[in-house]
Amino acid sequence: MSNYNLDYLKQLEAESINIIRETAAEFKNPVMLYSIGKDSSVLLRLAQKVFYPGKIPFSLLHIDTGYKFKEMIEFRDYYTKKIGAKLIVHKNTESEAEKLGPDQAHTDLYIYYKKTKPLLEAIKINNFNAAIGGARREEEKSRAKERIFSVRTESGSWEPKNQRPEFWHLYNCRLNEGQTMRIFPLSNWTEADIWAYILMEKVEVVSLYFAQKRKLIKRHGVLLRIDEFVQPKTGEEVFEAVCRYRTLGCSPSTGAVLSKASTVEEILAEVLAAEYSERQNRAIDNTSEAAMEQKKSEGYF
Amino acid sequence: MEKNLINQNLELVKVVFAGSVDDGKSTLIGRLFHDTNQIYRDQLAAIKTASARQGSDNLDLSLFTDGLVQEREQKITIDVAHRYFSTPFRRFIIADVPGHEEYTRNMVSGSSGADVAVILVDAQKGLVEQTKRHLFIVSLLKIPHLLVVINKMDLVAYRQEEFEKIRNDFISFAAKLNISDLQFIPVSALTGELIVEQSERLPWYHGPTVLGFLENLELTSSRNLIDFRFPVQLVLRPDQNFRGYAGTIVSGEIKKNEEVMILPSGKKAKIKSIIADQKETELAFCPQPVVIELDREISLNRGEMLVRPNNLCEISQEFEAMVFWLAKKPARKNQRFLIKQTTKTTTGFFDQVIYQIEINTLHRKQSQGLAENQVGKVIIKTLEPLLFDPYQKNKATGSFIMIDEETNNTVGAGIILGSKRNLATTKKELKSRRATAPVLWFTGLSGAGKTTIADRVKEKLEEMGLAVERIDGDDLRQLISSDLGFSAQDRDKNIARAVYLCQLLSKHGVIVLATFISPYSKQRELVKSQVGNFIEIFVNAPLEICEKRDVKGLYQKARRGEVEYFTGIADGYEKPKNPELELKTDKLTVDQSIDKVIDYLTQNNLI
Repeated sequence: MSNYNLDYLKQLEAESINIIRETAAEFKNPVMLYSIGKDSSVLLRLAQKVFYPGKIPFSLLHIDTGYKFKEMIEFRDYYTKKIGAKLIVHKNTESEAEKLGPDQAHTDLYIYYKKTKPLLEAIKINNFNAAIGGARREEEKSRAKERIFSVRTESGSWEPKNQRPEFWHLYNCRLNEGQTMRIFPLSNWTEADIWAYILMEKVEVVSLYFAQKRKLIKRHGVLLRIDEFVQPKTGEEVFEAVCRYRTLGCSPSTGAVLSKASTVEEILAEVLAAEYSERQNRAIDNTSEAAMEQKKSEGYF
Repeated sequence: MEKNLINQNLELVKVVFAGSVDDGKSTLIGRLFHDTNQIYRDQLAAIKTASARQGSDNLDLSLFTDGLVQEREQKITIDVAHRYFSTPFRRFIIADVPGHEEYTRNMVSGSSGADVAVILVDAQKGLVEQTKRHLFIVSLLKIPHLLVVINKMDLVAYRQEEFEKIRNDFISFAAKLNISDLQFIPVSALTGELIVEQSERLPWYHGPTVLGFLENLELTSSRNLIDFRFPVQLVLRPDQNFRGYAGTIVSGEIKKNEEVMILPSGKKAKIKSIIADQKETELAFCPQPVVIELDREISLNRGEMLVRPNNLCEISQEFEAMVFWLAKKPARKNQRFLIKQTTKTTTGFFDQVIYQIEINTLHRKQSQGLAENQVGKVIIKTLEPLLFDPYQKNKATGSFIMIDEETNNTVGAGIILGSKRNLATTKKELKSRRATAPVLWFTGLSGAGKTTIADRVKEKLEEMGLAVERIDGDDLRQLISSDLGFSAQDRDKNIARAVYLCQLLSKHGVIVLATFISPYSKQRELVKSQVGNFIEIFVNAPLEICEKRDVKGLYQKARRGEVEYFTGIADGYEKPKNPELELKTDKLTVDQSIDKVIDYLTQNNLI
């Protein structure tokens, strides 16, 4: 420290802390979206630093589809309790949502009724005017064009053509009637940065990220684990393989990758050498070339 | 394992890539990623599919940066895209600025905070208007390094003369600008010449490739580690016992126990603790996020700033700025907006549009206002004072954005040139007009030389054209405190009245020279805590000498018991423990003492 240098992870951390503090200072009622994944875990770690010696003053919001991996739900309840965070779980219980089964988890309808709609609802019900999320620009091409402070219209949609330009670290946090803000403190982080930070800070993450032997089937080219939501259909062969998850979502639409990385160190080494992108095994991004952009403009995070 | 995996020495470098329409920027970026194996296989497959759909058998690398459906449909590029790229030594954050629409706003946005600018030109077209605009922005925003990439060399048969001609055009245009480090590389992004690999097709070129340049560039840090500036971002009050100020040290460094001044109030306090990374630390520096506790109960708000008492920033409601106007509707004189600078937001307006800059020629043009994408020099007045430094000296405290009050859109960005008075009057005058001028508190025994020195210092400062006033213990007692005697209690009252006067004068930028015996340290501490910019000067001469001098005959009277509580005779004098300045008048001549005072003020930037 005496040489006045901050290594690159500390620089990224500094930028993110500044963004979260700006959010806390400028918005009356912010919320942090909690998706239980690695990015959320890092975000929570940063939020702890932001408010130390106090606690995180705002709530965490989890949009539950009902088909999340059970390890995720267990981790969510364990971890939020451990750090003393307030957790709001919101689920769309309307019939349009309830009738969608696990087999439809990769469809646009499912994303809309089980994720986008309840998210916008929860924001409205609780009068949240700003929501912090863990999306990174590196993840996907429409996210590459996302601002750090990104305005959503009254209907929750993203208008890429009407984005506010951002200058230096001066964020325009003002909203018109009905508008809300999405804030992405991890915008400039890459997958490798996330794992390096998890290693450096000893951040806890869901066990699904670590390789172990799991019972799988291959469906739509994606490796799905056999569990209460995924059962083999006729003609689908069940096999065992050592694998792990690079990203987490709903069990019936999130694929595993074959990997022997069972520690954070091994995962980081694997990510640094990765040949495929992180979202490759997410069935939802792959429905069409512009899938994510479309979902974002509807209000998906 | 951890050491090897997390490369602690990896440098974070922010690069802005800009070019004009069709000069091959997308291809160049695609090529850079492709030739360093940083395109994932699934992304590559998607590019192949898209290339095929366009009827091309070759891989169209420009599709790598292709973004949104709207963009493809309308054949435009919306907005800045961010891309991430690593080499074994550096981690690059690339702001990819489109050449078409909204070019100014995108270029300014992508360039703010960049360490390096990479500007592309087409070897067939050379220096075009758009390029000039980019160069101007690079210069104005003080981006430390500029690389000009002359692309499409394949279309001019890799000839050196084309390269040289464009290079010379650049150099002569850049001569009018403030660009410190300018380099040129001839490339062909399409064929990959000199992007990552050296090329045999340009044997006359002996410099680095684009990647080589980015990897090996010796970075000039744009970080200011000298001037401590801490804008309060968020007040943390988790419980009754803790009041911490959270924020980012935007420049300079600070240590525990150091004295700081709170602006704009001018109050002083000491740093009780610094929390960084959830633990206490002795030292913190730019750009660390920290939580600071002060040693006394002062209520501080967001938008206020901690600085060192001898290194203040400017405080003004009026300043000159260079602004980029981005709204469709032109701005005129008296245009109102919200201005956000550091963590402060207030209302501002253009008091005057001084001139607009014609980008092509760099000529200044008289103008009534600024249209969309125009750049100009203006005078801005604000409802509340802003705490700033010129952008040249401090990017973090010298930059601001403008927000439309009705639409809440960001309608402009600007850099502060200086406070208006700074430019209109002399530097010294400005300093004397700082919101809290210094209060020089001369303490010492009667006859030590306080009055003599202060009177002569006053003359000197007046000669420099500074506003200065004397407050003398004897005068005060005759004029305002004739009701008071010399008991400890009455002395306290007398000092309280003096403090009030000091505050009033100092607040209006008048330097105060106060001469009071002020024998008790507790009393002086009290003054110090109430007066901003307090400078304690101990005028020190041994009692025997003072008594020998006995200018006013008071010592004789006191010895005869005719004066009650006389300091040094019937009452004690507590010597200052840490005065800013000590003048031993039994050893120094009057002139030497005066010089010491003036030197102190100069060295600490107070005059």
